[in-house]
Amino acid sequence: MSQIPADLRYAKSHEWVKPLADGTVEIGISDHAQAALGDLVFVEVPAVGRTLAAGEACAVVESVKAASDVYSPIAGTVTAANAELAGAPELINQDPYGGGWLIRVKPADPRAADALLSASDYEAVLQAEGA
Amino acid sequence: MGRRTPLFDLHTRLGARMVDFGGWDMPVHYGSQIEEHHAVRRHAGVFDVSHMCVVDLAGERARPFLERLVANDVGKLRTPGKALYSCLLNEAGGVLDDLIIYYLDERFFRVVVNAGTRDKDLAWIRAHAVPFGVEVTERTDLGMIAVQGPQARSLVEGLLPPDPAARAAVMALAPFNGRAIGGWFVARTGYTGEDGFEIVLPAVEAEPTWVALNERGVRSCGLGARDTLRLEAGMNLYGNDMGEGTNPLESGLAWTVAFEPAGRDFVGRAALEAIRARGSLARLVGLVLEDRGVLRGHQKVVVEGVGEGEITSGTFSPTLEKSIALARVPAGTGERVQVDIRGKLLAARVVKPPFVRHGKVLVS
Repeated sequence: MSQIPADLRYAKSHEWVKPLADGTVEIGISDHAQAALGDLVFVEVPAVGRTLAAGEACAVVESVKAASDVYSPIAGTVTAANAELAGAPELINQDPYGGGWLIRVKPADPRAADALLSASDYEAVLQAEGA
Repeated sequence: MGRRTPLFDLHTRLGARMVDFGGWDMPVHYGSQIEEHHAVRRHAGVFDVSHMCVVDLAGERARPFLERLVANDVGKLRTPGKALYSCLLNEAGGVLDDLIIYYLDERFFRVVVNAGTRDKDLAWIRAHAVPFGVEVTERTDLGMIAVQGPQARSLVEGLLPPDPAARAAVMALAPFNGRAIGGWFVARTGYTGEDGFEIVLPAVEAEPTWVALNERGVRSCGLGARDTLRLEAGMNLYGNDMGEGTNPLESGLAWTVAFEPAGRDFVGRAALEAIRARGSLARLVGLVLEDRGVLRGHQKVVVEGVGEGEITSGTFSPTLEKSIALARVPAGTGERVQVDIRGKLLAARVVKPPFVRHGKVLVS
């Protein structure tokens, strides 16, 4: 079974969102998503300062098998991107909710994360997908 | 639910991630595709290839039938056990499939074709066999595994059916030769660029043999690693690198088309001769990406001053730790091209495949 930390918010498209103390949110892909993709070998992240709409494709994660878009679950401005991933994309496989984070975003709406899926909602999504 | 090989239950128990491949439920990896890839380059791995289709051809006129059926010349097969790689062409010179033919005796040849083309191939082969009176038998009673890697043959040796003379003969097989031993047929062939065996065996023996290989340290490997290994080895994948819409001369497979002897009228010959006479043929080349990113099938290749081509297979090469690809490019393409990846033009170098053979990197 894949890990679904209770303190994070999720999107149906398998991203997670973690509100940080400074008002920004950290975004990555779920344990389920990394397992489905397989060994990651390349990650493309957006430039700091880019404005994202909710649901906009903002990053690309590539496994040996295929390239997949990552969608920003919320609207906002990119404040940081994980530079470690350029040399070590496998961090996403090894630690999807920690060292494998993708970007940090300053939300346009400070409460936007509240509208996303809870851990139990996301678990139900995975069950419905037959995962 | 797709079709299942005799090893399906074992794959599930081993924790494989299963995917649909040409209508079959097949393991893509058992945890890490990259580690499986390295196991084959450095030690040994075992693949389930039971989804491929074994077809036996029996009859007095089996040889003249194959002389007509395939683009390579079975006249090269003079020693029993010798194998030949060939394309099966349509009349337009398009590739219906690629296959391996084993010469067993004058009235018995064995052919192995791809899983995804099984029904089409069988219908084609049967239709063309009629005038030659050749009996075509699809062998659904067999499993097939590939054991590949520098240690593969020595790790298989103790598991061969217990016939000392035949065992010695199997271990002495030259590359691209096979022979029967007990109820098995063992060939020194593969799709990885490493030494090894492909073993056709009774379906019920597939699982115990696999388990015994695992116990000897041979790693279970999925179709994911099989694809990165074959691409590093510069081997074409049917449906990606060639198909009915392309011909072997523009797919890096001219070496498999035997125009000599000139009198051999194989299916597709007239069309290929016209294509060859026309000239300015596209080429299938290797690419190494110099920028960061991953080459993938169908990406556009831009050749400055010449034209455009297309990537037919691309991946991240675990051995080179760079992205590599096969690409069909126009005549006159030089050493440098650009590839359009999501709207950005990235630099790639044109190389002659293979990229890797027997564990060694062959491109700089």
